[in-house]
Amino acid sequence: MDNAIFSEYEGLLPKKLIEEIKQKAQKGISKKQLKAILDDCVEEVKKASAQSGEAIGLVTAESISEPATQMTLDTFHYAGVSEMNVTVGLPRLIEIFDARKNLKTPSMEIYLKDKKKLSNKEVERIAAKIKALRFGDIVQEFKIDIANYKITASLNKEELDNADMTASDVIALLRKKTKIAKFSKGKNDEIIVDVEMKKDKGPNELFRIRERLEELIIAGIKGIKHVLPVVRQDEDGNKEVVMLTSGSNLKEVLKFDFVDKTRTISNDIFEVEAVLGIEAARQKIIDEVKGVLDEQGIDIDIRHIMLVADTMCLTGEIRGITRYGIIKGKQGVLASASFETPIRHFTNATLSGAKDHLSSVIENVMLNQPAPVGTGLPKVRYVGIINKEE
Amino acid sequence: MDIDSIPVYKLIDWISFEVLSPKTIQDIAAVKVVTPELYDKEGYPVDGGLMDTRMGVIDPGLRCKTCGGRIHECPGHFGYISLARPVIHVLYARIILELLRGTCRSCGRVLVSDDKKNSILKEIKKINEEGSRDDVISYISGIISKLKNSKKCPHCNAEQKKITLEKPTTVLEDDKRITPIEVRTRLEKIPDDDLRLFGLNPKTARPEWLVITLFPVPPVAMRPSISLQTGERSEDDLTHKLGDIVRINQRLFENINAGAPEIIIEDLWDLLQYHVTTYFDNRISQVPPARHRSGQPLTTLTERIVSKEGRIRYNLAGKRTNFSSRTVISPDPMIKPDEVGVPKVIAMVLTVSERVREWNMDYLKGFVERGPNKYPGANYVVRPDGRRKKITDETREQLLEEIQPGYKVERHLIDGDIALFNRQPSLHRMSMMAHRVRVLPYRTFRLNPIVCFPYNADFDGDEMNLHIPQTEEARAEAERLMIVTKQIVSPRHGFSIMGVLQDGISGNYILTKLMNLPRKEAIALLGSASLLDYVDKLPKKEMISGKEIFSVLLPDDFNFRGSCRDPDESEVIIENGKLIAGVMDKKNLGEESELMIREINKHYGDEFTMEFIGNALRLGDAVLMKYGFSVYVSDSDLPEKVEALINEELEKAKQDVDILIEKYRNKELERLPGATLLESLETKIVERLNKARNNLGNIVNRNSDKLTPSLIMARSGARGNLLNLTQITACIGQQSLRGKRIEGGYKGRTLSSFKRNDLSPSARGFIESGFKEGMKPYEFFFASMTGRDSLMDTALRTPKSGYLYRRLSNALQDLKVADDTSVRDGNGNIVQFNYGDDGLDVSKTEGGRINVDYIIAKNLEKVD
Repeated sequence: MDNAIFSEYEGLLPKKLIEEIKQKAQKGISKKQLKAILDDCVEEVKKASAQSGEAIGLVTAESISEPATQMTLDTFHYAGVSEMNVTVGLPRLIEIFDARKNLKTPSMEIYLKDKKKLSNKEVERIAAKIKALRFGDIVQEFKIDIANYKITASLNKEELDNADMTASDVIALLRKKTKIAKFSKGKNDEIIVDVEMKKDKGPNELFRIRERLEELIIAGIKGIKHVLPVVRQDEDGNKEVVMLTSGSNLKEVLKFDFVDKTRTISNDIFEVEAVLGIEAARQKIIDEVKGVLDEQGIDIDIRHIMLVADTMCLTGEIRGITRYGIIKGKQGVLASASFETPIRHFTNATLSGAKDHLSSVIENVMLNQPAPVGTGLPKVRYVGIINKEE
Repeated sequence: MDIDSIPVYKLIDWISFEVLSPKTIQDIAAVKVVTPELYDKEGYPVDGGLMDTRMGVIDPGLRCKTCGGRIHECPGHFGYISLARPVIHVLYARIILELLRGTCRSCGRVLVSDDKKNSILKEIKKINEEGSRDDVISYISGIISKLKNSKKCPHCNAEQKKITLEKPTTVLEDDKRITPIEVRTRLEKIPDDDLRLFGLNPKTARPEWLVITLFPVPPVAMRPSISLQTGERSEDDLTHKLGDIVRINQRLFENINAGAPEIIIEDLWDLLQYHVTTYFDNRISQVPPARHRSGQPLTTLTERIVSKEGRIRYNLAGKRTNFSSRTVISPDPMIKPDEVGVPKVIAMVLTVSERVREWNMDYLKGFVERGPNKYPGANYVVRPDGRRKKITDETREQLLEEIQPGYKVERHLIDGDIALFNRQPSLHRMSMMAHRVRVLPYRTFRLNPIVCFPYNADFDGDEMNLHIPQTEEARAEAERLMIVTKQIVSPRHGFSIMGVLQDGISGNYILTKLMNLPRKEAIALLGSASLLDYVDKLPKKEMISGKEIFSVLLPDDFNFRGSCRDPDESEVIIENGKLIAGVMDKKNLGEESELMIREINKHYGDEFTMEFIGNALRLGDAVLMKYGFSVYVSDSDLPEKVEALINEELEKAKQDVDILIEKYRNKELERLPGATLLESLETKIVERLNKARNNLGNIVNRNSDKLTPSLIMARSGARGNLLNLTQITACIGQQSLRGKRIEGGYKGRTLSSFKRNDLSPSARGFIESGFKEGMKPYEFFFASMTGRDSLMDTALRTPKSGYLYRRLSNALQDLKVADDTSVRDGNGNIVQFNYGDDGLDVSKTEGGRINVDYIIAKNLEKVD
């Protein structure tokens, strides 16, 4: 196709639209026809462009909130496994817009580099590498010998097999991870923990050490509580194994070789920001909101979601739509006061001698003046009544 | 001059916020308040009292001694109280503490060296330019929290002590109390230049002003008293509080002058501090709220301002209007969608003001002549100086003579006037649209059912509001921007939000799918839908099909290809304005449908689309009215054979579940990856029961008569769906709570009528019965459980999403498209360089896109 013609229109048409025309107008179209098509598109785009002054923010707010009233309050999506619940619907939407740091259900989608169909055994081995394994998980029973300052841990064979480890492996790992005690192998694959006790500490110390050992993560990644491998099918019918997790730790997971680093993602926006940057976080906000809405069968144009995501990421860090986030931003005194905690805003304003230039919609509503959006923007200057007779 | 003819006669440019200095307080004050007494024996305000007439008046007979204005003319004037001892302003206690901590106790300088001070000031200036006010505040409070640990003053080497605040207003230094007098002298010592480090502007807020010496008394108009019927007066809460302050202040004066012991003076001082504190804020957690004698807490300054019922959100951000009305709504498909039926009684109260000119003088005099009691008349005549004259039998003749160009007549509403029509909750802009008035008899607002969807209205008692714009400017804006026809495409997704609904859908479905009428009857049908204008377009032949009758409404050059809901019809084909194949159902005619209506709107414009939807609705309704359409119980009757089939299916499902449970108990069940055995079992059972329900749906669908009204409704999309029908005839299905089958309740069982650990379908909320047959008692219980759950869901959802809405709209309200297509906030900061990356307004696109296919096809056609 004649790229020269397309490049002529680069400034006039959105990139996406040009791509679309390129794709759709491939079969033997003459130059003249193509030009006519492009000209028509320019005309269409002009007609459909947003007018200057359009209060696009309010349109976005109502477009998102109106259907939100119809969303279910069902907190969880029950995936058949009790650990794998995911927050959905209105609570999740609020969670995203609040930019909460502690998600109710953090989770990840881990894609694998190897797209071939893996055997169940292989999949489980990968899952085991990701899932955080506490020492307590593989121990059947702790026996505490107060007299000799010894703890004996007998291992759970089944769990050990699942984790693909032997007792010696476990001891090696324990030695690597902690120095609070000495570990050695006993009979029947038991692990004997020798605690060097200082004399001033009583037997309670033994129990404390047992608790610490129970919580010690000996394999996998901290924070990943559960891994569920599922088979996904893309549009072309290619099947692929994806690991869904409960709990999230993007930074560590991306260190694995077998992980496809281009697609693996966490649903924790702050984590995405920390690891991949603010642009990725913006995209993640858009994807997450879109996901929530799609799942509820609500149709909202992507532009609205983009606008909210952009406002949230405007300063280069994520700010929630709360009184501590966006709303506390650079607004007039009256506008901030009309949202929440008016007295605090007034006292602070008087101290710094703030001037409110009434640039906000609500401030002008309060003062019965035309608001600076839409038809309130054009200004007419009054010079006096012109009386022809005089 | 006529004040209305000036476009803008005052405009506020900015508002600045400052702390009142004692000097200002004295300067603006009209009176020094010295006595807590309010009125003398005659009930006349006492001089130097809290109701002193120099502070304005609230009695109709009196005049303000300061400005001479009567009530409503005089806005009131401040007074002041000179406090015997200074007290700390609660709302500023925090900053006072910060100032004391951050400055030297002997020399008053900031506890940082001059070099460091300058660098901090530079940083503050930088943040001030780039960030928000709050960013500055948080930066400053960071510095101050470091300052409090300084042990020595870098300027005079004086040793610093630890200062704490015992809430709300007591300042302690090394656990010893320092009096407000001491606080004030220390604050006075801080030089102007050092104040900037604390974010204070010394011109608007000297720190010693935060310790109150002169107390401003607000004007009487701000705290009006109420006269009870008994003649008694009930004073405003603020007046009560001020009375307390004056009384204690006087006593403190007297005691100081009499040389009373220090303890008594201190007690009185504390009491004064308490009254001043509660005057500003009566809800501080450590302070017992001041109460009426009845025990009810007083509403003082802070309580007046904050919260939803406070001054800001209730009185300033919320407006009330005249020229509005509210009544019950009812449907009327015979009026146009962009009209609203207004009852005559309302039309005679709501008015439109029309200016008298030479050319319309006779026309307007006609209204005046008919007066307020005869429709269409007029209620008021407004003189050029703004005086309103009511038209009565006595004044009418005189006003008729008086009227000349420049006068205004407030005439009754007539057909064609513009009105704004609104239904709460106003969640999107389509909740308030402009309609043209149509004056009708009776007492309800009438609206075309087409606009029910955008308003989310029905007629089970809903009420709606009507507002009449009063200026030419407002009317023009309403007519150009808000009229119903301009709102067909939603800005949310770019599809049509209005369409034919309910009866209109099933009527058109019957018409286009089944009907075949003799020409005479076809004409009669069009006639009863008031579509006689279209009779000419009927084909000239004896028998006319329903498709041909419907085609009458379509434009002659309309071409369209689409699909429909009905699985028996493969495709909708419209060629040259003739419906050739397919039926008209919700997919093509309905609201929020993506196809046909959006296409018509694109090519033939808003007006035509509105007309088309209205016509189609009336045609559909007429079909039903003429040929009858009712739902029978027998619609859901099934032959015995089918019932057996249903029972068999249910039985099979139950057996399969039993087998699964058996396997589980023997631990033979296959474990799903990542799940426990019990979870695997549950997943499998739910799967199996869902399959059973789907099978039942298919059985019902296959075996019921497609022409029963119930099924016509479901298939055309008018109302109801196949699931509803299955639930009536066959089986209601699994009740689930939180995505799981019903569990718990008693130990190991859901209800006491089951055995422990019974995992069978019926013990876990599977309802085998259909609605027609009726539920068994335990089934009814399970149904009630899910019923209550969903009820709670709705009750909890509304406030949550409402708050989300408030926050979203507050955060985004100032964003607008600037002249250079970028999106900017109120201060001109760029949010997006190009709105939505392409600058397109969603409500002008087709589903958020430019229809490239159409443009290509059109251009290829041209050359052929």
